[in-house]
Amino acid sequence: MLNHGEHPRRIASTGRGQGSLLAGLLVFLALAGAPLLGLAQDAPGQTAGVAYRDIPAVGSRNIVWVIAQLHLLLAGFVLGVPIFAWICEIVGWKTGEKRYDKLAKEFTKLLTSSYATTALFGGILLFMLIGFYPKLMAYLGDIFFPSFVVYCILFLLETATLYLYWYGWDAMQEGSKKTLHLFLGFLLNVFAFFIMIVPNSWATFQASPVVIAEGSDLARAWAATWNPTWWPVNIHRLIANVVLGGYICGAYAGIRYLSAKTAEEREHYDWMGYVGNFIGVFGLLPLPFAGYWLMREIYQYNQQMGITLMGGFLSWLFILQAMLIGVLFLGSNYYFWMGITHRIPGSEVKYRRPIMAMLVILLLCLGVWMTPHSLVASLEEARKMGGTHHPLLGVFGVMSAKMTVANLMILVTFMSFIMYWRAGKEETAGWAKVAKSIMGGVLGVAAIVVIVLGVWGYFVPAIVRINYFSVAQVLIVLFVMLTITPLTALLLRSAKTTTEMVWGRMPPRAGYALVLNAVMVILLMTLMGYARSSSRVHWHIYGVMRDSSQYAYSPALGYAAALMSLNTFLFCMLVAFIFWVATMGEKAKAGGGGGKG
Amino acid sequence: MKGGSLLKPAILIVGIYLFLKFALPLFTAPLPASLIFLYVALTATGIVIFATLSGQSTEAFFGPITRFLSGEGQAGAMKMARLLVLVLFPLLVGWQTYSSTAPSEQPPAENRTIHPAPPGEFVGLSNPIPNTPENVMAGKGLYAAFCSPCHGGNFDGKGPASRGFNPPPANFSDPTTIAMLQESYLFWRIKKGGVGLSIEGMPWKSAMPRWEVELKDEQIWKIIMGEYDGAHQKPRTWE
Ligand code: HEC
Repeated sequence: MLNHGEHPRRIASTGRGQGSLLAGLLVFLALAGAPLLGLAQDAPGQTAGVAYRDIPAVGSRNIVWVIAQLHLLLAGFVLGVPIFAWICEIVGWKTGEKRYDKLAKEFTKLLTSSYATTALFGGILLFMLIGFYPKLMAYLGDIFFPSFVVYCILFLLETATLYLYWYGWDAMQEGSKKTLHLFLGFLLNVFAFFIMIVPNSWATFQASPVVIAEGSDLARAWAATWNPTWWPVNIHRLIANVVLGGYICGAYAGIRYLSAKTAEEREHYDWMGYVGNFIGVFGLLPLPFAGYWLMREIYQYNQQMGITLMGGFLSWLFILQAMLIGVLFLGSNYYFWMGITHRIPGSEVKYRRPIMAMLVILLLCLGVWMTPHSLVASLEEARKMGGTHHPLLGVFGVMSAKMTVANLMILVTFMSFIMYWRAGKEETAGWAKVAKSIMGGVLGVAAIVVIVLGVWGYFVPAIVRINYFSVAQVLIVLFVMLTITPLTALLLRSAKTTTEMVWGRMPPRAGYALVLNAVMVILLMTLMGYARSSSRVHWHIYGVMRDSSQYAYSPALGYAAALMSLNTFLFCMLVAFIFWVATMGEKAKAGGGGGKG
Repeated sequence: MKGGSLLKPAILIVGIYLFLKFALPLFTAPLPASLIFLYVALTATGIVIFATLSGQSTEAFFGPITRFLSGEGQAGAMKMARLLVLVLFPLLVGWQTYSSTAPSEQPPAENRTIHPAPPGEFVGLSNPIPNTPENVMAGKGLYAAFCSPCHGGNFDGKGPASRGFNPPPANFSDPTTIAMLQESYLFWRIKKGGVGLSIEGMPWKSAMPRWEVELKDEQIWKIIMGEYDGAHQKPRTWE
């Protein structure tokens, strides 16, 4: 579409067609493309002249930016959903509750329908990269050729498994067939995991390259793959994909809930929205830890890159990040709380005060998290403060404070969930009182220790804070979750339900809250994607290959933010379209003769 | 009870605003408007969240507002008040828009990056001078001679010359300055000074001198040791 007419030499047209075969087709194209990269290396005379190609007016960088981001978001969704679809299926199988199986199937439907588009965007991205950055791609192809091959094979396996998993769902319901189906789901996740980490090695190599001069091709590829930021990014992305998948499924349920016509539909999508939000929150809780580890590895790997991100011009992104995560935490908790007041009749009065307390803590934490280290201030204001650091509030600007409030917010959100879980039930066990005071004690002590460590963190060398205090804070929060969750489960086993949960009674704003959460996650990913890739500043491969194109500058934050919003918008449209198409048939069936939807 | 659900939030917001704007500055420097806005906005968000948790509370919160604005069955003072709001609110928005876009003699707000990334050639350096008491003492001596006029004899950024500069000389005893940095970073900043700040360090108007002419590398490393020791801080390391 972009390249017809005046640039015949540039890129081959990609708009070949659609349909589910496309995925396979693209894999083969990619297979065919990979050796070509190798060939380009052998014939330097031909390619030496062209390091870059461009499309005027739009600019190659912008195109790659949009395509790569869309591909990444789609891929995150496609790799995140199988994880909880499979878990959901297991739950349904173990408990015998059909609705879980149905939900798992619905998740997989969303997955299957977006799979082809993901591959499509991967293919487009590859063509664009080869076309725009021949020199860089030749270099990368030279190093990573072995893993290109692995990647293609993985893709074939994943595609085949997904087809079996999805199309075999109804056929493999009973007995040993179900076990086989579950095994397929497992395989799907294994392949998906490797499909994620292989390209991660290419991207992380660009940020933290390991280039060895000697050794076979395989040894070189392996060294480049196992680079310092590879595993931190793998873990971070794995968790983030679950978050993305959960919240998007939640948003899907939210929209279906808003447009539901019958009581069953309302009930079902209310419940699905709840599950989606739960999955998102579940992933969100460990995410800050993973992010912190990643940042630490980057900083340790390279001071320059670490400072560019954390203290330099990209540090403003982390203030935006704090705002987005803040909205996400608020939105998720809001949804939990609304769930309590609406799904459990008569509970409002009882839970008003705890909710108020949690809300206040969350807001205080957010206030700290969003306070930047150097403030936006007019000259006049800066003079009064004596610089852009505020003498008192400046202390909120550094990692010790941020880590502390992040941990506290995680604790609060976790307690929101526990409260939701226990709502409407009455513990009957004799030891319920003891258990409850133990839980309260654990929580209180944990919160105090987290705060003490946070304050103390200002008075110890950076390395002590990073290696011991921050880690201790994380472990404490994990400890709280690992003690309170099983205790609550045990308590509730013998509890009697006083008020039955009523599904399908949430007000419309709950549906909108779900959509808002999904949009926040997408914005977050576009934001941090920009941070990751622009932290390399004017390097294609940090310290190894310089960016000498006309785009070797970091765009202004406003410009970048506009592109992030554009990407978010495009992605939402894309997903909405895919889901709309995917559910058309079902709606027609369900609707029968009544109305057009 | 009716008005109560609206009155409390209003009091809360005004109270927080007054506290941040007038009470807090009694103890410390005034807060910039951006920060006050942030905190007040957070409070407002919290209020809306709490008010819309259930059907009843939503009605209690928004009901009076919608009834007031729709003007149903109003008479006398209420009617006037509604009219006033409908006229004043757009004017307020207009005034706000005007004053935030109109050109003024105030220089634009700047977000100076205090710790920009160091140039590549300084990244891997480590202090070659052994950390002995003599070297630390020597460093402190050099510090007293060259740096204390600005950065202060107590390493607190309050030297006799400090008041003339904007941005002010760094306060080394503040845990958010040198304690967060590696020694190589300080080496770069001391050697190259304000003029050597990298591109993101805009607007490069720092008064920090460039010491590479006056001081030998070895002396700079000693000063760094003395500086950390005197400010009771430790450099960032990874071991
Ligand atoms: C003319 C006053 C002046 C003198 C003399 C001076 N400085 Fe500075 N220094 C500044 C100012 C102003 C800043 C803050 C602006 C900046 O970061 O460039 C600063 C910043 C610094 C920083 C950066 C701290 C940070 O957190 O980023 C270091 C390190 C530093 N000075 C060390 C020294 C040393 C060592 C000496 C003596 C050899 C010295 N300075 C002498 C004015 C001075």
